[in-house]
Amino acid sequence: MTTSLSNVPDASGRFGEFGRRFVPETLMHALEELTQEYEKAKQDPSFQAELDDLLKHYVGRPNPLYFAERLTEHCGGGKIYFKREDLNHTGAHKINNTMGQALLTMRMGKKRVIAETGAGQHGVASAVACARFGLECIVYMGEEDIRRQKLNVFNMKMMGAEVRGVSSGSKTLRDAVNEAMRDWMSSVETTHYIIGSVIGPHPFPMMVRDFQSVIGKEAREQCLAQTGKLPDQVIACVGGGSNSAGMFYPFIDDEGVKLTGVEAGGRGPEPGEHASTLSYGAKGVLHGSFGYVLQDDDGQTMDVHSISAGLDYPGVGPEHSYWKDSGRVNYTAITDDEALEGFQTMARLEGIIPAIESSHAIAYAVKAARQASPDETIVVCLSGRGDKDVNEVARLLGRDI
Amino acid sequence: MTTSISETFATLKSENRMAFMPFITAGDPDLATTVDVLKELSRQGVDLIEVGFPYSDPIADGPVIQESYTRALNNGFHVHDLFEALKELSADESVDLPALVGMVSYAIIFRYGAERFLKEAADAGFSGLIVPDLPGDEAGEFVELTKAAQLDLVQLVSPLTPEDRTKRIVQSASGFIYCIAVAGTTGVRDELPAELTAHLESLRSLTDLPLAVGFGISKPEHVDTLRGKADGFIIGSAIVKQFAAFSDPDQTREDVIASIGKYAGEMAAATKG
Ligand SMILES: Cc1ncc(COP(=O)(O)O)c(C=O)c1O
Repeated sequence: MTTSLSNVPDASGRFGEFGRRFVPETLMHALEELTQEYEKAKQDPSFQAELDDLLKHYVGRPNPLYFAERLTEHCGGGKIYFKREDLNHTGAHKINNTMGQALLTMRMGKKRVIAETGAGQHGVASAVACARFGLECIVYMGEEDIRRQKLNVFNMKMMGAEVRGVSSGSKTLRDAVNEAMRDWMSSVETTHYIIGSVIGPHPFPMMVRDFQSVIGKEAREQCLAQTGKLPDQVIACVGGGSNSAGMFYPFIDDEGVKLTGVEAGGRGPEPGEHASTLSYGAKGVLHGSFGYVLQDDDGQTMDVHSISAGLDYPGVGPEHSYWKDSGRVNYTAITDDEALEGFQTMARLEGIIPAIESSHAIAYAVKAARQASPDETIVVCLSGRGDKDVNEVARLLGRDI
Repeated sequence: MTTSISETFATLKSENRMAFMPFITAGDPDLATTVDVLKELSRQGVDLIEVGFPYSDPIADGPVIQESYTRALNNGFHVHDLFEALKELSADESVDLPALVGMVSYAIIFRYGAERFLKEAADAGFSGLIVPDLPGDEAGEFVELTKAAQLDLVQLVSPLTPEDRTKRIVQSASGFIYCIAVAGTTGVRDELPAELTAHLESLRSLTDLPLAVGFGISKPEHVDTLRGKADGFIIGSAIVKQFAAFSDPDQTREDVIASIGKYAGEMAAATKG
């Protein structure tokens, strides 16, 4: 008997051997409660109706599936389409998840929210959701990311969130997750932790995937309506893996659709120079779940590097680990330089300034389109817009703003 | 010969005394110092010693212990080197080493290979392990492996653990139950919460295993509060913070070890009441 790949996780949070809950006992009860509350909400039509209404009138969904004519021409092969998450309110896919989790926070009667952020997009999306519903919001962010993403830090503060700098470790996303988990350890009775990707202990990877699946569901319908068939390829960038999980999940049982996740190849394949967890990692435990991790022989997490703060993470969601081992999804890496080039190509040819995270997916799509025939369609998740990145890109290109 | 955890608690019970279990981070600032501190703690008559394995991404630990992990890792801590150093120490007949309990993240155990880890830990003289990120529900197979390696697997119970969970958890536990005093991370607190007593009483009705309290304890007054209610207590951050002094150029290594020993001696005396 073959079981559908979409029929995961099981009740204990297992995606095959991946996932589960590797967290201190202090958090276990809250995770059980959250799982129950989420199951109840999922079956409650009024919850879904409220979320749909917010996604439509506040976030701006459905966003378009856009045929990138000039980029397609430039590549001279497959047709490239973009799912425009950059057109969402706040400019990235992260808001799909924070809206859902904010509604859950209120269902649980909690008034305080914590979140972690790398690029700042999830921090902003959390601050927005909290402002919208009157919840207290604290965002943990590595000092290095605070430097790289000043605009988003300012935006979060304007919306009433408190941004707490994290100066331990590499001062990036992974350290922000550690710090948020610690806060949650002592505040779990009053506080919900809105995790920003498909990572962490069960039920987070499942729940965040579900909230982000709106991306793939819309893309699937739009593709059928606009091209008359399912896409031949779907491409998305992978940090923790939420935009890609949301994009891929509705296509998982469509065997003819090739799915590719693009990780941060950084400066190259040497340890510490990239954040390509699925290409170079080994099975292990990080941040409460079991999956691929970039680690040394002792199980210590390794330092990672990426030009993009949102992809700079040494782990990946357990469902991606499952998809990798099952062979369903193909994972690859794009270097910093290739991503920068993807960023510029997109800006020049399409008049869209993409997030540097999304630029990884774009750079790979350009390669894939060149290999494809003109009757093939390639759908790329444009996970966010690049306003937050222009200062950093200018610095890297040696230009003044 | 190392003593087992249950022997230790049984002896202490017959003497009507609580167990004092200091926590230190292995390899902070280096393994030679760890060995010397273990010798000093043994001389001060502590009852068990919890040896923390430095981990890059601890989530149950507060800043003091995290910084200590970072110091050890920056100095090139490796699990295998610790096992080698402890094997030598356990064999040293001039040292009366108490039962050693390893505090180690499952991330490390899994990567090392659970069976290899357990074998080397037992050979190094550990009597039991605490795996803070492996809650009772997830422990299944690992419980069997630790039994086979003749090690105790200590389970943690938090003030937020409901009774039905607690019942399940204590069933798979051995050695002692680690009662987390406060919902939160490790770190010194001024006062222990008032609910702790009731929590210990309810635990007592659910298990015959010794109850040891940890997280937040630092002073003899805290110990007085626990007397008659708990079988032992664990002190981490209050000891570990003293290890920062090893990098202070104005203090000699011997002075720092002596001052850690002095504090441990005072706390050991407090158990005798
Ligand atoms: C625009 C954008 N894309 C992608 C990511 C990566 O996150 P994930 O892999 O969870 O989609 C981020 C994270 O901050 C982001 O801001």
